[in-house]
Amino acid sequence: MRHIISILLENEPGALSRVVGLFSARGYNIESLTVAPTEDRSLSRMTIVTAGSDDVIEQITKHLNRLIDVVKVVDLIEAPFTERELMLIKVRAVGKEREEMKRLADIFRGRVIDVTDKSYTIELTGDCTKLDAFIEALDPASIMETVRTGASGIARGERVLKA
Amino acid sequence: MENTGAEIVVRCLQEEGVEHVFGYPGGAVLYIYDALFTQDKVQHILVRHEQAAVHAADAYSRSTQKVGVCLVTSGPGVTNAVTGIATAYMDSIPMVILSGQVPTHAIGQDAFQECDTVGITRPCVKHNFLVKDVKDLAATMKKAFVIAATGRPGPVLVDIPKDITRAKCRFEYPESVPMRSYNPVVKGHQGQIRKAVQLLLAAERPMVYTGGGIILADAAPQLNDLVDMLGFPCTNTLMGLGGYRASDRKFMGMLGMHGTYEANMAMQHCDVLLAIGARFDDRVIGNPKHFAQNPRKIIHIDIDPSSISKRVKVDVPIVGDVRECMAELSSQLKAAIAGGQPLQSKALEAWWTQIEEWRKRDCLKYDRKSTVIKPQYVIEKLWEVTRGDAFITSDVGQHQMWAAQFYRFDKPRRWINSGGLGTMGVGLPYAMGVKLAHPDAEVACVTGEGSIQMCIQELSTCKQYNLPVKVVNLNNRYLGMVRQWQEIEYGSRYSQSYMEALPDFVKLAEAYGHVGMRIEHPADVEPALRDAFGKYKDRTVFLDIITDQAENVWPMVQGGKGLTEMILGSEDL
Repeated sequence: MRHIISILLENEPGALSRVVGLFSARGYNIESLTVAPTEDRSLSRMTIVTAGSDDVIEQITKHLNRLIDVVKVVDLIEAPFTERELMLIKVRAVGKEREEMKRLADIFRGRVIDVTDKSYTIELTGDCTKLDAFIEALDPASIMETVRTGASGIARGERVLKA
Repeated sequence: MENTGAEIVVRCLQEEGVEHVFGYPGGAVLYIYDALFTQDKVQHILVRHEQAAVHAADAYSRSTQKVGVCLVTSGPGVTNAVTGIATAYMDSIPMVILSGQVPTHAIGQDAFQECDTVGITRPCVKHNFLVKDVKDLAATMKKAFVIAATGRPGPVLVDIPKDITRAKCRFEYPESVPMRSYNPVVKGHQGQIRKAVQLLLAAERPMVYTGGGIILADAAPQLNDLVDMLGFPCTNTLMGLGGYRASDRKFMGMLGMHGTYEANMAMQHCDVLLAIGARFDDRVIGNPKHFAQNPRKIIHIDIDPSSISKRVKVDVPIVGDVRECMAELSSQLKAAIAGGQPLQSKALEAWWTQIEEWRKRDCLKYDRKSTVIKPQYVIEKLWEVTRGDAFITSDVGQHQMWAAQFYRFDKPRRWINSGGLGTMGVGLPYAMGVKLAHPDAEVACVTGEGSIQMCIQELSTCKQYNLPVKVVNLNNRYLGMVRQWQEIEYGSRYSQSYMEALPDFVKLAEAYGHVGMRIEHPADVEPALRDAFGKYKDRTVFLDIITDQAENVWPMVQGGKGLTEMILGSEDL
């Protein structure tokens, strides 16, 4: 089952590799990982999307908590949450395809952020299924390049992850 | 007044009350060695190989509960130390490893004797630091000692670039170093402890199973009290020997792959299992599916939440310091019993009858009339000669198992071995570390001709610091445990397990300035041991004991098998 683990950790050199090293050493899998400093520059917030049985996820959170640099860990799927991922996708857009491509981007609430006479670069935000759906809707031959950030998540309502 | 980084390192060690540092100098740590030279509070022990420095500091800690400290240089100094660090990590030993690093400006330039120390050691330390500013040095040292010794203990490495040891700042050793991300739990959950009390009171076939956590937490007195109050059978893991006194009838012996028949049977058939400071590892419970076939309620007390429900599902998890948790458990049990809630004495009686039946199998029997020396006999004699009161270190292999089975430890911290990583070569440096910590105690290293050669150069260190340890070399001319597996599982094809071209250990010991003895007949074993601990009390003695080549360690649970699928002797093969 898919889990989204949110981690608050010390913004120290090497902290990221401790987390990543833990996953590789114990054979846990990482579908995506994003990390950046928070409003408090001494802390980083990391979101890891992973999959595994309940036992595996329990071990993952326990081992993350064991790391000295890790301040807090929460599995977002335990309560209501929202997630977003950003994708930039460069597509071929020539002739009559240009209008079609623009319309498709509008349907998905994407924005064209760069244009040449042969291509568009489209910015798209949403949960990962929405981004997947957009890719599905495109003719594979028209996709020149994609880049995705991986999911970031946050709990709904008043629940917060704070040091 | 300002101090150099090197002086600060030494001052920190003094502040921590460190008396011995095991190490080996090299370019990147020369300022630190210079600072050590001008003081006499911290004594430096010069080993012959960095691996031994870490092992010695590790055993120093295992035998005392103090934090062991070692000091190595950059590059090969660190890579040589890695085996020692991983050994300590697997057994949760509190240690601080100080490593030199090339100057900050040279880091990443592939400088001479540079390696990514923090990267290489990351998976085998509890935590590590690279000090980038001399102003952070004292606080980092303090953090290292705090992290090493608290919570689930472990080795912590501090990597110090050479320019940091030369740079100056004012020395101030912090009283405390609060870390928002590090707050180990100490007290167990009250509700869980109450549940545990009810389970224990209702238990009809109880079993107490404890590991290295009891030793690390100095909780042996609490364990002895608890087990004596309950009257339950108790088994210790390899790492937990000495946690409960082996001389008591309630002690079932060690459990696991080479555990006793009665301990393994009782583990499998109990209805309530109280596990304390142990981690249900593969050498202890065998195949977890087989273990789970018999339903039982499991109470698990451990400082590390990640050890709970890792291999075996637990019914009552209690996270906390095992000593605190046991004290609380005992007092609640006493109150409950005083309040009229009795133990299940009738059922317990029947359980003990069953256990005595299992005991009658006499699973540790061996041929006492043999004309060649049986290794088990040597350990029994060693126990007699040292009155069961010595510190015994071991290497890894058959001799380790025989020492664990036949030297009946009544006290904690007397049995020093590499349980988790299973590192050959630890025995002699372990004995050195123990002897330095306990100069008046009798210290023996039980080893084999394979293991001892992995760190034999330390005989030289024993000479330099006059460390009169006794090396008991059970010499069967085989890598015995490998040979045993090959006999049982690989059709007796002894691939690379026979040791040819062995040195003359007597001459070798003498060459290092020690006493060497070769013992070839059973009748000579005891007199030789008496000489080693008597006549040659103040000398390092190497006893090369020529033992039965074909002897195997029994009982044995083969890898992947269930705990009760034991081979009790060659007749079962």
